[in-house]
Amino acid sequence: MPYIPHTPDDVQAMLQAIGADSIEALFDEIPAHLKAGHGLDALPEGRGEMEVTRLMAERAEQDRFALSFLGGGAYAHHIPAAVWEIATRGEFYTAYTPYQAEASQGTLQVIYEYQTLIARLTGMDVSNASVYDGASGLAEAVLMSLRANRKSKSRKVLVPDALNPRYRSACEAIVSNQDVELVSVPFCTDAGQTLVDSLSPFEGDDYAALVISQPNYFGSLEDVDALTDWAHANGMLVIAVTNPTSLAILTPPGEWGSEGADVVVGEGQPLGVPLSSGGPYFGFMACKKKHVRQMPGRIIGRTVDMEGKQGFTLTLQAREQHIRRSKATSNICTNQGLAMTAATIYTSLLGPDGLASVAGHCHANTQKLADKLCAIDGVERAFSAPVFHEVALTLPQDADTVLARLAEKDILGGLSLAKDYSMKNAILVNSTEVHTEGDLDLFAQALKEVLA
Amino acid sequence: MSEIPADLRYRDSHEWVRVEDDIAVVGISDHAQDAMGDLVFVELPEEGVVFAAGDEAGVVESVKAASDIYAPVSGEVVAVNEALEDEPELVNNEPYAGGWLFKIKMADSGELKEMLTADQYQEQIDSE
Amino acid sequence: MSNETTLIFQHSRPGRSATAQAPKPVSEDQLSAIPASLRRKNKPGLPEVGELEVVRHYTNLSTKNFAIDKQFYPLGSCTMKYNPRGANRAAMLPGFLNRHPLAPASHSQGYLACLYELQNFLKEVTGMKGVSLAPMAGAQGEFAGVAMIRAYHEARGDDARTEILIPEAAHGTNPATAVMCGYKVREVPVGKDGDVDLEALKEACGPQTAGLMMTNPSTCGVFERQIEAISKAVHDAGGLLYYDGANLNAILGKVRPGDMGFDVIHMNLHKTFATPHGGGGPGAGPVGVSQRLLDYLPTPMAGLDEESGDYHWIDTDTLPTSIGHLSAFMGNAGVLLRAYFYAMVLGREGMIRVGEYSTLAANYLLKRLEAIGCQAAYPERRASHEFILTFAKQAKDNHVTALDIAKRLLDYNQHAPTIYFPLLVPECFLIEPTETETKEAMDDFIDAMAKILEEANTNPETVTEAPFTQPVRRLDEVKAAKELDLVWSE
Repeated sequence: MPYIPHTPDDVQAMLQAIGADSIEALFDEIPAHLKAGHGLDALPEGRGEMEVTRLMAERAEQDRFALSFLGGGAYAHHIPAAVWEIATRGEFYTAYTPYQAEASQGTLQVIYEYQTLIARLTGMDVSNASVYDGASGLAEAVLMSLRANRKSKSRKVLVPDALNPRYRSACEAIVSNQDVELVSVPFCTDAGQTLVDSLSPFEGDDYAALVISQPNYFGSLEDVDALTDWAHANGMLVIAVTNPTSLAILTPPGEWGSEGADVVVGEGQPLGVPLSSGGPYFGFMACKKKHVRQMPGRIIGRTVDMEGKQGFTLTLQAREQHIRRSKATSNICTNQGLAMTAATIYTSLLGPDGLASVAGHCHANTQKLADKLCAIDGVERAFSAPVFHEVALTLPQDADTVLARLAEKDILGGLSLAKDYSMKNAILVNSTEVHTEGDLDLFAQALKEVLA
Repeated sequence: MSEIPADLRYRDSHEWVRVEDDIAVVGISDHAQDAMGDLVFVELPEEGVVFAAGDEAGVVESVKAASDIYAPVSGEVVAVNEALEDEPELVNNEPYAGGWLFKIKMADSGELKEMLTADQYQEQIDSE
Repeated sequence: MSNETTLIFQHSRPGRSATAQAPKPVSEDQLSAIPASLRRKNKPGLPEVGELEVVRHYTNLSTKNFAIDKQFYPLGSCTMKYNPRGANRAAMLPGFLNRHPLAPASHSQGYLACLYELQNFLKEVTGMKGVSLAPMAGAQGEFAGVAMIRAYHEARGDDARTEILIPEAAHGTNPATAVMCGYKVREVPVGKDGDVDLEALKEACGPQTAGLMMTNPSTCGVFERQIEAISKAVHDAGGLLYYDGANLNAILGKVRPGDMGFDVIHMNLHKTFATPHGGGGPGAGPVGVSQRLLDYLPTPMAGLDEESGDYHWIDTDTLPTSIGHLSAFMGNAGVLLRAYFYAMVLGREGMIRVGEYSTLAANYLLKRLEAIGCQAAYPERRASHEFILTFAKQAKDNHVTALDIAKRLLDYNQHAPTIYFPLLVPECFLIEPTETETKEAMDDFIDAMAKILEEANTNPETVTEAPFTQPVRRLDEVKAAKELDLVWSE
């Protein structure tokens, strides 16, 4: 029996100890008619590891490697071999939430180190042990801002249109149940940025927070200092949505404006987590110390044991659902522990210079790619703002059609901006350190052919 | 056996009130602090807030539990015990003295009559 | 076991690096397009360490964990069964691992085929009409479920329903979820036999009832025998029934939530479908629904065009009534692939065996522990896949608590069961052995418990001061919460 070790003798001995005649007798408290009637007909016969592995290998092969310039919130990076070899050690892979601290010091110390790494990257005081992903993390940050902003009674939060639309929609799906309203802030269609000027209509109204995405969905860099100061001057908290790779070279949210952001969230995937069709990733979440009791999720603290020796333990648990129940900061329980572990190993391997180097290559390659593509007739940058590692381009033809034709050549040439922004001819392209000059040339050549 | 001073009034949710003129000093009982264990955090209301009797006014937290504090009487919060921010253990060590939580300027001192006497509160604890 | 107590930051030396792991630095020229005002002034305080130091540090830390791969791990309500390595290898195949979440369906047929089949498997084992794999953990599955209940009532203009009923023994995620979905929570008492107090439930039902959230077998470790009467009471009041799948392992292949009258369920794939717990995730919390909630399932889902045989995504453009996306992309895709592998290996007969053998193991362990003097919380009841012991007597007589016994178990190389849950049973253990443990492994646990009960009588300090053999002794949690030290500073 796959994964079930009992011999017929074991089964007999166990039934005898129980005093039951058969395994079926153990289900005698279940009304008989509920048990009858289905044979799980839609399920196949069980197969061995070899056969299932072969089937899945064939399926994986079907989704063959394509040259991809897709970003939009998930980015291809080189992941050092050591990262997942260590993260998938059984001691990390098959442990659970560290409820028994004495027998979980490995996981607990990893989380404490992770919290430190995130705090240092973001320039914030404290971090939690991860949330599900960047988009749902934003929803948690929005709900947190309502609790943390004691000056505001508002259940409205300002959200820029230049935020990743997938973040916007997931956030909306989660917070709308509590009558929280996300109010749109338009972006400048020339610059591709959210300008302080466009915020003036909201002055004088009560909002709990302003969301600032750096970079924004178009890859554009926002004037975060001005936006942050505007929000604080108007009694709002600042929720920063950032890319962790970019933070190796960009101003950390903790230093935005004169006071810094209040809550920072983002997608942790770029830190050593494979694209893997969208998950498991992890959301990172950090904040100012004064807001820590409003933060959802697990938090690890450093303390001492009864002999005075350093140790780590879950702390501030009174915020959480298992204690606070209906008054908890969130219902989150299980988070993304293993992906967080991988990110901790990845970040330690790269260090400050290595991560800056990755960020630098992402930026430089994206600039180069934009230059190569814009050398093609009719292709130009959609916006004037400086970018980090993603750039919006307008094409002389319908974007969806062009992308479909590129896909036929096995090049995933970016994301269409047609549906989300009604920019019928615009695409969003990304490049990272994984692309060679040759890759960029292949893309440019293919696009030229498609447009010809 | 926990201490239940005879001169105080109690709420069934374990708050006590000591009357000083028109001011109600509010804390939690010795029994309640003992049941909670070592307190690690006390969340207090802001001065100037106006409560109706029974409103949620704060939270006391230990490592494994959190318990809401309810306003025993109606009125405006005129003082909070700021010492608890750094020393929540005061509630454990001296629940009826240095561990007071906040003071309410009573809107209706008649509400005190609806609270439990020390004897009644003792009975309630015994029946729990 | 390692004595590594230094932090990775303490291994750091300025200028040391794992050079093989990063591309060569770019020149400042290449960054000139980024305005100086947006550039970081100081480099972040990440550790500067070599590759070997990193590998050794985290390898050493890993050895300080208990894990299923090392120990019996009977953590109740968490289903710590064996996590097949084959599932991990299959999910880590390059074709799956390198697939961008927004790659077009044309480049995703293999992946979509796995998801589509998994949806169908889960429909079949739960008896529901539709399944979405999108939620990323049990708690998010709960959220999706209750949000669908809300969407259903709203679509009917039935906006007087403001309350979710929850048995008092429920997981904390249930009431927390109901509140996240904008509902008030009303708790329903549980009787002495572990079943819901049916009369109290009937009284609680009314036009304000949006639904009831419950597990079955319940968090008391027993099968709720009045489930049909409960279902009728809630449905008669116009509410819907939500099944928390935390305990699905107990009845897998035996009884289906759909047949018990539930309208919506979530499953924890990291429990029932053997995907790893990863030191606290990732999980996956697919939801299944009855006919009347089909239109509200969270997106995206995998669809199949029967004619062409091509798979495609079902998203909000074709299902506008959906409660929407709960993540940026497709939930915890890699977890879903592991669950698919597991389901394929088990097949029909294997699924049925899960419920059978997990129930056999729990009942065996319960009877043997009772025989050595442990007190069952519900001695008249069959165990489901888990059961509750109470140590209230030891706490009273010897001042040895459930916490103490749990800590002492660590010294016997046994992971402790879940303790102090459910809250209504004093000094309790919730024990779940799962179907993948041998009889010998359970017998070792029983022997350890017998020794600890003996120690509680003869030498209680060995229990109340335990553990003695772990990397640390009991930790000062009061200090941890009062003097918050959440990030390292040199």
